[in-house]
Amino acid sequence: MNWRAIFAIVRKDLKIVLQNKGVLIPIIAVSLIIFGALPWVSVLAPSMVNMGGTSLEQLNALIAQMPAGLQNQLAPYTAEQQTVIFFLVYLLAPMFLIVPLMVATVIAADSFAGERERHTLETLLYSPTTDRELFIAKLLSSWLAAVFIAFIGFLLYIVMANAAAWSVIGKIFFPNWMWMVLVLWVSPAAAGLGLGTMVLISGRARGFQDAYQTGGVVVIPILLLMFGQLTGAMYFSIGVVILIGIVLWAIDIVLIWYGGRVFRRGRLIARS
Amino acid sequence: MKSAAITVKNLTRRFGDKIAVNDLSIEVETGEVFGFLGHNGAGKTTTVRMLNGVLEANSGSIHVLGMDPITDGPALRARTGVLTETAALELRLTARDNLLIYADLFSVPRDKVQTRVRELLEFFGLGESADQRVETFSTGMRQRLSLARTLLHNPEVIFLDEPTSGLDPVAAHQVNALISNLAEEKGRTVFLCTHNLVEAQKLCDRVAVMEHGRLVAIGTPTDLIQQYVRRLDVEIETAPGQMDAALQALAPASSLTFGLPRHTNGNLTLTVTGREAIPELLNLLVQNHIRIYRMSPHQPTLEDVYFALHDEKETVQ
Repeated sequence: MNWRAIFAIVRKDLKIVLQNKGVLIPIIAVSLIIFGALPWVSVLAPSMVNMGGTSLEQLNALIAQMPAGLQNQLAPYTAEQQTVIFFLVYLLAPMFLIVPLMVATVIAADSFAGERERHTLETLLYSPTTDRELFIAKLLSSWLAAVFIAFIGFLLYIVMANAAAWSVIGKIFFPNWMWMVLVLWVSPAAAGLGLGTMVLISGRARGFQDAYQTGGVVVIPILLLMFGQLTGAMYFSIGVVILIGIVLWAIDIVLIWYGGRVFRRGRLIARS
Repeated sequence: MKSAAITVKNLTRRFGDKIAVNDLSIEVETGEVFGFLGHNGAGKTTTVRMLNGVLEANSGSIHVLGMDPITDGPALRARTGVLTETAALELRLTARDNLLIYADLFSVPRDKVQTRVRELLEFFGLGESADQRVETFSTGMRQRLSLARTLLHNPEVIFLDEPTSGLDPVAAHQVNALISNLAEEKGRTVFLCTHNLVEAQKLCDRVAVMEHGRLVAIGTPTDLIQQYVRRLDVEIETAPGQMDAALQALAPASSLTFGLPRHTNGNLTLTVTGREAIPELLNLLVQNHIRIYRMSPHQPTLEDVYFALHDEKETVQ
């Protein structure tokens, strides 16, 4: 395996992303909203529901309908604290997965479809790399960036969540073990899902925008997880999070295996 | 005898119903500048792609530097350099970054990367723009940078698709001199795809002419001219007032000419059947006491070969 060539392509793709405002701005904006702003909004939630005419008790009634496991987790806290923890720890957990998913999708769209659009793909195909090395390089650039941003985002979220909730909880309560599993096990898989989807889409996409817009559907499973928690159908326990990770990794493997099979110079050049 | 750098036998590539390359057989010697001529869609780019293992052939065999491009693709591409028709650079990166990344891709020894990149940037007149983003470059600068990238790893076989496209005459001259030097001094093999027939005639040891995927002619420019150009323009300058007399004198020689004589720049221009016709025409003029100041045959070029081949094909059709 020619790792020097692989990392040259990774370096190239990442440098190009850093120069592309169309790619950078959505990544930065979404990350700042989710990791920076949402914790503060969540802490304001109890007072907001009061303003909307809904009492805190009604929100707690919703929590009371949640699975027993979640109620046990929240039991040691007051009603107000429970609301804040429900938002910051459980409800926002699926939102966290949007970031690696989105970053991987945007960068992969630029790396696969964008490269073809810029007519730079052909030159790359004339390099002394194998099809597999090219494919790995293209996967790595998006995946590494997505996981890196997710990890940095997680650190920011730790700070923001504890800071925002300090007035209500009065101690450092975050992260818990569920979040550690979520970040270390599920977020790389979520990045893989965005990447795998984009590998499939970009072959047929007309360019970066086309690939990116079509790839947006990948966020649907994450939204379903959020609604699942909101309706009380499930909650993010360690077991559930491990299971979500297993499912995502399995989908990743299938998508990337298939993507690898169709990632052939001859096919790529015919479409370029 | 020199060894063959490229050997192609009965190469065919189809895209659906369309045959892009049809039963092509050529051999290119090491150190040769080989012109690959043809209009758009003649099969030039498809051939280059197959020669580098980027595209598989439907049938036939290819050996470049003794390697099969499909089974030995990466090893082969490490020893070839390809300049594609569009400059295909990363516009958001600087000129230096474009070269540094490709130096790693082509495994240029790490301790030589910086020197090699600097040398090439200087050679192509891009030293002062090295750290500017390529999107600010003119077409000519991009083409020069693209050439620099092609030569970064000292390839043994160099495929150039319209290398002087977009260059000003001075830069084009410099690039042509470089191509000659690469072949003559450094023994590199150059496979030159071009529409520029004047350039091809100047640079190429041999040329192949492609039409609709088929090889229609191959040889040295001189051989092809002799073989295919059967018409020759001859300009005749007579003494003042003798032009009509000259036309009358030449009337019996209609079997040696095509069409009617033309008046150009106050002289007479005839299209004749070949060099052999010239003494006959001169003899007729002298016998009729026409005073001839000048009789100059137009030197045929590859362009004439190209059009002769085209006319031949039209006639057959």
